[in-house]
Amino acid sequence: MEERLNIQQKVLSENDRLAAEVRSRLHELRVLTLNLVSSPGSGKTSLLERTMRDIGNTVRIAVVAGDVQTENDARRITRAGGTVVRPIITNGKCHLDARMVLDVVANIDLHEADLLFIENVGNLVCPSSYDLGEDMKVVLISTTEGDDKPLKYPGMFRRSSAMVINKTDLLGLSDFDLQAVTRNALSINGRLHIMSLSCRTGDGLDNWYAWLRDRVDAKKRGEPVIDEHAG
Amino acid sequence: MHELSIAKSIVDSVLASVAERPSAAIASVHLRIGELTDIAADALEFGFSVLSRGTRLEHTTLRIESVPIVTRCNACRQTFTVEDYLFVCPACNSGDLHMLHGDELEIDHVILNEPDHPDTNHPRK
Ligand SMILES: [Zn+2]
Repeated sequence: MEERLNIQQKVLSENDRLAAEVRSRLHELRVLTLNLVSSPGSGKTSLLERTMRDIGNTVRIAVVAGDVQTENDARRITRAGGTVVRPIITNGKCHLDARMVLDVVANIDLHEADLLFIENVGNLVCPSSYDLGEDMKVVLISTTEGDDKPLKYPGMFRRSSAMVINKTDLLGLSDFDLQAVTRNALSINGRLHIMSLSCRTGDGLDNWYAWLRDRVDAKKRGEPVIDEHAG
Repeated sequence: MHELSIAKSIVDSVLASVAERPSAAIASVHLRIGELTDIAADALEFGFSVLSRGTRLEHTTLRIESVPIVTRCNACRQTFTVEDYLFVCPACNSGDLHMLHGDELEIDHVILNEPDHPDTNHPRK
């Protein structure tokens, strides 16, 4: 006899449960947590290196770095002076999940940190389904990529709260159009906060640092760090 | 290929859900997947077929219902379906939209085949 058995369960409910655990732990500590996502080569590690060098003496920054095979990225960031830097070796997995982050967060002392970056695996598809317990996702793209990237990866741009456009020093050397990428990104997500900068020349970094500091301060005061209507 | 991880979660969840029905055959698993989830159906089906081998789901069909993106405009409260990922309110042009549907990644139900009598499994004339 044929019979229907209702399940009505989220496929990633276990991940979501662990992410909630990460979130409440970090909320107690009042550590602003940003899940940094991008394609390979957009410059996530360079942005983190530069950020720590420039504001690491006033904002205490911790980094959890997910890299597909090596600890290279984590080493680069450690050299730049991160407060606590922990690599997650994903053994070829295309994304971080909440269990990996919880394992790390449970085992490091974040009392001395104001800001935690989770450097996700370089990929704009797979990480978008996995909540890691972050306050928000920040998507990074560079001017060496296509300005239609938001249209190709709508899920990630929709789920992100901020977009950083890196490598503005290379503008004009390709077809990348700053206005087009902004228009495309906003058509996917009208609440996206957009910043452009160059880690090489330092152009636009002050703006990025001011934005980070505002969010760190809001988190410390227990205020929302993104608009309530976002998402 | 995060579809492999997703498929693993599906296989584990369904097996746990049907554990109380050891005599039932599982004919099909029905998923609801939102258009914004970046899940490739063929990759998910492939992952499911590989990971279900040697389990009670080995001969189970995966059925995927695609859920369109539906949002409500926070400015004018209109509810509408988003086409071509254009997240702009057709009534007032606002981009301040609240997602109602399109993010789903759910196991909705399974169809079981319970033998009427244990004897019916025996070959009959
Ligand atoms: Zn409207």
